[in-house]
Formats: sequence, structure tokens, C-alpha cells
Amino acid sequence: MEKRVHFKGWFLPVLLIAPQLFITAVFFFYPAGTAIWWSLFNPDPFGLNTKFVGLANFEFLFSDPYYKESFYTTAIFSVLVTFFSMGLALFLAVLADRLIKGAGIYKTLLIWPYAVAPAIAGILWMFLFDTRTGLISWYLGLMGYDWNHLLNHNEAMGLVVIVSTWSRVSYNFLFFLAGLQAIPKSIIEAAAIDGARFWRRFLTIVFPLLSPITFFLVVMNIVYAFFDTFGVIHTITKGGPGQSTTILVYKVYSDGFVGLDLGSSAAQSVILLVIVGILTILQFKFVEKRVHY
Amino acid sequence: MVEKKGISYWLTHAGLTSGVLILFFPLWLAFVASTVTNEEVIHPPMPLWPGDKLVENYSRALIKGDSGQTSASVARMLLNTSIVAIGIAVGKIAISFTSAFAIVFFRFPAKNIFFWLIFLTLMLPVEVRILPTYEVVASFGLLNTYSGLIFPLIASATATFLFRQFFMTVPDEIIEAARIDGAKPMRFFIDILIPISRTNIAALFIIMFIYGWNQFLWPLLMTTDTSMNTVIMGVEQMIGGQDDVTPWPVVMAASIMAMLPPIIVVVSMQKLFIRGLTDSEK
Amino acid sequence: MAGLIIKDIQKSFGKTKVLHGINMEISDGEFIVIVGPSGCGKSTLLRMIAGLENVTSGEILIDNLNVNNKEPMDRNIAMVFQNYALYPHMSVFKNMAYGLKIAGIPKLEISERVQEAAKMLELGELLERKPRELSGGQRQRVAMGRAIVRKPAVFLFDEPLSNLDAKLRIQMRLEIKSLQQRLGTTSLFVTHDQVEAMTLADRMVVMNEGVAEQIGSPLDVFQKPETIFSAQFIGSPAMNLIKGVTDGQSIKLENGVLLKCVTNFSGEVLAGLRPEDLLPDKKGEIIIQIDMAEPIGASTILHGTLKNSDIKIVSMVQGLVDQKDMQKEMSFSISPEVIHLFNRESGKRIN
Repeated sequence: MEKRVHFKGWFLPVLLIAPQLFITAVFFFYPAGTAIWWSLFNPDPFGLNTKFVGLANFEFLFSDPYYKESFYTTAIFSVLVTFFSMGLALFLAVLADRLIKGAGIYKTLLIWPYAVAPAIAGILWMFLFDTRTGLISWYLGLMGYDWNHLLNHNEAMGLVVIVSTWSRVSYNFLFFLAGLQAIPKSIIEAAAIDGARFWRRFLTIVFPLLSPITFFLVVMNIVYAFFDTFGVIHTITKGGPGQSTTILVYKVYSDGFVGLDLGSSAAQSVILLVIVGILTILQFKFVEKRVHY
Repeated sequence: MVEKKGISYWLTHAGLTSGVLILFFPLWLAFVASTVTNEEVIHPPMPLWPGDKLVENYSRALIKGDSGQTSASVARMLLNTSIVAIGIAVGKIAISFTSAFAIVFFRFPAKNIFFWLIFLTLMLPVEVRILPTYEVVASFGLLNTYSGLIFPLIASATATFLFRQFFMTVPDEIIEAARIDGAKPMRFFIDILIPISRTNIAALFIIMFIYGWNQFLWPLLMTTDTSMNTVIMGVEQMIGGQDDVTPWPVVMAASIMAMLPPIIVVVSMQKLFIRGLTDSEK
Repeated sequence: MAGLIIKDIQKSFGKTKVLHGINMEISDGEFIVIVGPSGCGKSTLLRMIAGLENVTSGEILIDNLNVNNKEPMDRNIAMVFQNYALYPHMSVFKNMAYGLKIAGIPKLEISERVQEAAKMLELGELLERKPRELSGGQRQRVAMGRAIVRKPAVFLFDEPLSNLDAKLRIQMRLEIKSLQQRLGTTSLFVTHDQVEAMTLADRMVVMNEGVAEQIGSPLDVFQKPETIFSAQFIGSPAMNLIKGVTDGQSIKLENGVLLKCVTNFSGEVLAGLRPEDLLPDKKGEIIIQIDMAEPIGASTILHGTLKNSDIKIVSMVQGLVDQKDMQKEMSFSISPEVIHLFNRESGKRIN
């Protein structure tokens, strides 16, 4: 894509682009390059020198059961968060789209959690599930269920999934609703005249037409689950109990800043970089496709 | 639309209302907890209706922070967060707007290389390169400074991408008309491009403000000095370890104050917010 | 005020050549319309004169001054765009004043000039409005006002009427014409619409594939088209072109019909017969089998085939011809002076 009309000169545009290039170079390329560089080194036990180890950090990671487990945890976590937050959002969006009046009010009442930081969302829910004082865990106790996400792996995972879903529904809802409202009413009406009832219309017409947005949201939600949920996990479980909620980005943090294992943390960063890179390419391919659509 | 009254109509409302209630549930209890005494909170079940300690809890949080002296006052943290959020939003918009202007409206050597260098950063969040970034900021002596909190978070291309998309839709004839009127590039930039981009700038400002306000990991690493804490990480730090007694009413009061500014922005400027969201992510 | 001279202007985009050497001399105050199908290079030529496109080779002289390397603002021109290109965030007044402001003209004079132009264009009431609050015709006027206030040597119009509906287009056409006559400013007007060209132009330039096929007054072009292209492009319905052979005294059409037509050429030709020149005549030589009639009000267009051939031919007769009054066959005659003869190879006019 290029514009037909351009201004002349090269000095001014270079000057205009320089601030962003500078900041990108200093705070993006240099650190990203450093991460790759560090991933090839290991510090000696005293932290005085570093030794070139080639791909040993990567080899170690891929044979490390903890890292494998973290991969597995991340996969489960992001699938669950993506599935629940998108499912709930689609349900609410379909309902809101059916309304002629009042959809705007519901929209306002449903979008505000987007503005709540994941870490704050974590605090709100952790308060309710606090093993000693939490309201929900107390009621669960009354019903004979002894909730303790600080000990039980599945409960810990369940809780961070609930919180991450809660804080992501608004985002997905907005995109689904926009997608639904973009479907021409005449198509729905034509299907109605053809005799298709609501659910049939939804499954055969509406959902297929939503598929570009659905795909887009799947990618965005995976990215969200990979990175933005750090705040949720840090406030509620700190990756525990054991390693049960240590997703990849949390492991980069805990190995790097808590464990001070720079080589391994850097190698993990590089792996994350590759994963996000792949997701970005997917996303771009998809954007391109949609332009032609 | 097709089918609108009758039982399905009420089911629609029922479904949406329960969705709203589920989303509001934790917020309501947080609010209730922020208006009662700690005694009432830690002996379950906690009350479901607000108490009379609202002013007391909020003013304590605002002025003193928590009692354990591990945090700054919420007022201080709110000030820090405002500076950082506005700094990120303004900084990002400023550098993106000018670089998108250069990329779209000029033809110059190496333009494509610059373009790709910037766009490579499109989706890589700060979390991925967190450790080396920390080192860079530390080596500049920027730990515990606003600059250190702001600059690394500006280094991303989302805003540049959005402005580029928008600039591509500016009709060529407007530029030609400006050239015939004798407007030089910077004149065009100031007199025409900025005014016609106002809505986009505002929409993007909202998104970037929320993004900046809600940063957690970066300030957590960066600010060892409590007076530089941002409110999101500061509130999290108020919560004690498992054996400590967390002053829940104060923490909840602080949480509510921490989330209120972005919520107000989103709800009161809903149209701009949605526009910014859909534009910047697509 | 000034004339405009274009000397052997050529333009290439990369390897594609879009203008093959255009020559034109436009005298002061003349209204020139460049007409041609889309992609013929007419807009490119205009934009080169405006300084929005580089000149590949050749010279552009405004007021006897070479402007090839001058910025648009320094060429003493003004341009009206097809989509008006008004600045959406500026009021009508500011839109018109912007160029003057940049040129550093004193505020008082700007205001006077804008008021004057606004009065001329009946925009006085609308000066504080934004473009989005205006109708299409009003926006068009603002775009013209923006051109007028500059008091340029040359007005350039790039299909300025094609975004308007039919009725407004006719009205604006008249306004442009009368405005130009009042101001006496040299004008270049690009359009694909032959009616606009015919009605507006002092002289018109028929362009095709980067070549000026013919330059002349509208009547000249209509009555004596220089090439097959201008013959077919100007006039509606388009001229019939039928293969034939001439011996200098008469022409024998492909289907054997012999028409009188004196010329000093003999051999194979293309005979051009305008539909409206075919006059119903019981004794006429041209016999047409009518396939379809299109009544368009004041006249009727008849589509048919020349008898004893499959050559399609169109004629236009005055008045309404009812479908049921239609005869299967009608004969027509044509007076020898209005038969146009073209060389089959070169496409150039012979007689």
C-alpha cells in the first residue's frame, strides 16, 4: 500500500521518524538482542564471569521437566481462558444484538471490567476465595467443600482461569457485538424467510459470518493469556502451589528476578519471542486476507 | 430484527442481566468491604451491605496507605500512576504520529527498512524482553524514575500502525489542494493533518491511558522506592503474606480508587474508547 | 492574465508511456476543455500543468514563463478537484482563505477577497459552515471559491461536475461558464462527458491513449472530425462507420448501396454517417431493417441492420415513433456534404 501523492525531501521525514526509531532501538532492539545474546551464556557460580555455552541453555530447557510442565500449564491455561471468555462473550453479544432498545445500556454495564487491571481483578477475587475469610470459600465450606487454592493444584488453576475470564469478557464482547451488528439485517431476514429458526440461523449463517472475528479473537486471547495475565497469577497464586500455575511468562520472571538465573531466563524470553512472532505472522496473514475479503 | 417479543424477549433480558450481575459481583463485595471494619471482614460471612466506615477507610488509604508501612499513600500512588499513564499516552502518540506522517506522506531512502524495524515491535510485549530492558534502564540510572517507567512502554508500534492506517484514508486530493495552496509539509502537518486526526488521537489516548494505568510487572520491577510505586502494584503490595493480617477494608478502598479512574474514562467516553479499541487492535 | 503554452509534453510512469507529446497553445482568457475516455491521460496532463506530476519531457509555459520545475503554489494556477478536496475541519471561509493566509496576504485583504468570491458564488450565508454541513452543489461552489480568491492566471478543473446529480450538473455547468466569462480567466477543464465539453469549450481537445486526436472549436470537431476516434467520441448516438469504396464521385457501401459523395480520393474508406443525418425518405437509397426503437422524447433512436447485410446501423428521427406504427423497413437518404470519409489505415479524415 502506497499513497500516490508524496512530499519531497528526505531530511524532514528522517527527523520525524527518528524519535520512534531511537526509542525502539534503545528499549526494544537492544534488549531483545541482549536477551538472545544472554541466552547463549551461563554465569559462573559466583556471578563474576559468564561463559559461552552455545545452545546449552535451550537444550537444558527442553529437557527440563519443570519447563515442560510450564509449557503444558500455559497451554491448558490459555485454552481454558480463551474458550470461556469467548464463549461467555459470544453468548452475551448474541443476546444484546437481539435487543432493539437497551443494548446500549447493557453494553455500558458489560464493558467496564476491561478497565480493571488484571492485578486488581486478582485482588478482588482472591478476597472472595481467601481460604480463611473469603465469602465464597466460606459458603463452599458450609456446603461441605473445603476450598483451598493454596494447596490444591486444580483449584488454583480454576481460580486464575475464572479471574482471567472475568477480566477478558468485556473485550471479547465488544468485538463480537461489533461483528454481529455488522452483519446486514437483510441476510438474517432472508434466512428467516427461508424458514430458519433462531438457533439454526445462528449456526448456519451468523456464526460462519463471524469467523474472521472469531479467529482474530482467538489469537488475541492467546496473547492475552500468555502475557497480560501475569498480574492475575502474581496476586493470587505466585505460580503455585508447586508449579501448578507457573505459565511461561511467570517462569521468565521467577527464574530471572527471583532465581537470578539469567541465562535460562533469557533463553525462555527468546522462546516466548518466537511464539509471539508466530502469532503475529498468523495475525498479519489474517489481516491481509480480510483486506481482500 | 426478527422475533422480538414473547418469552424469548424476557429470556434475552434475563441472560444479559445475569451476565451483568456476575461481572458486578466482585466489585460490589469489594465496595462493601471498603465500608466496614476489618473485624467484620475477617469473620465470615462478611456483610453484603455497606457499613458506615467508608470515609474512614478511604481517607486512611488515601493519606497513610496500609499500616505496615510497606506502601506509600494511595494519593501519592495515584499521582505517580497519573503521571506515568499520561506520559505513556502522550509519548506514544507523539512519536507515533510523527513517524507515521513520515512513513505515509514521504518517499525517502531506506523508508521500508525503517518501516519494518518499527513494525517488528507490533506485538511483542515488554514481558518478553523484561530482564534486558531492566538492565538498560538501570544502566541509564532510570530506576525509580518516571522516565524509566514511561519510555520502555512507549517502544511499540501499535499507535504507529493505527495512524498509518488512518493516514492512508486521507484523500490524495487534500494533500494536492494543500500543495496548490502553498502548504509546506510541516504546515500541512499542523494545519490539516492534526486537526483531521483529532478523533483518532483522542480514541488512542484513551486506550493508551488505560494501558499505562494498568501496568503491573514493569513498575513492580522498577520501583524499589515506595514513593515511586504506581497504584496497581502498590495495592498488591499492601496484601501481606499468608501469615500477616491484611487490612482488607483499606486494601479494598485502595483497589476501588485504583480502578475508578480508568473505569470512569471507559464508561464516560464509551464511543471513543470502543473506536480506539477496535481501531488499534485490528 | 496569461496564456498557456504546452510544448511536446510527454509523460511516462516507469516504462509505461501515458502521454506521447502534446502540443497546445492557449490564448489568454480561453476556455479549453480536454475530453476523452478514462485512462486517456487527460487528468495526467492537467496535473502536470498544476505541478502535481513531474514532466518527463517537454515544456509548460505559463505567461511565457517555463514552470516545469516550479512548485504548484508558484505557478499562479488554481485547481478544482473532482471530490472538491475541501479541508473537512475548516469553515467555508477558512477553506477559501487558507492559500492566501500561507501566501502572507494581510487579513483585511483576505477577508475582502473571500467576501467578494462568496458573493459571486452566493455563498455569503454559508461562510461559517463546515464542508460536511453543505450540499454537493455548495461544496462545489466552495471549491471554486477557493480557486477564485487566488486570482490565478489559469483555472484547472479536474472533472469537477462528475460527483453531482444530473440536474445539478447542468446548473453548475452554466454557472462555471458564466463565471469564467465574467472573470475572463484562462481555464482548462477536464471531463469525460462530451456534452460538458461541447457546451463549455471555446476550443476542445479530444484525447485518446495519450494523444491529442483533435483540437478545435466544438462545432469544428462535431462537423469535421479529424479522426475516427473523435468522430465516434463526439455526438450521441455515436456516428455509424461503414466500410466502403469511393471513386471520387460516389461511394459504394459494403452492402452495395451507392451514395453520392464528391472527393478527390479513390479507394477503400470508412464512411461516417451521423444518425441524425439519416433523413426518412421514401425514395432513399439507404434501407434499414428496424430491430428496436428507443423513444427518448423529442426524438426516437432506431436500431437496425442495413438491408442485404448484417451491418448494424443507428438512426435518429424527430418526434415520437410509436412501436406499433413502426415499419419493419424504412428508407433514408443523406445529403452528400455530411458524409464523413476516413482513411481505413490511418484513421484520418479524407474529405
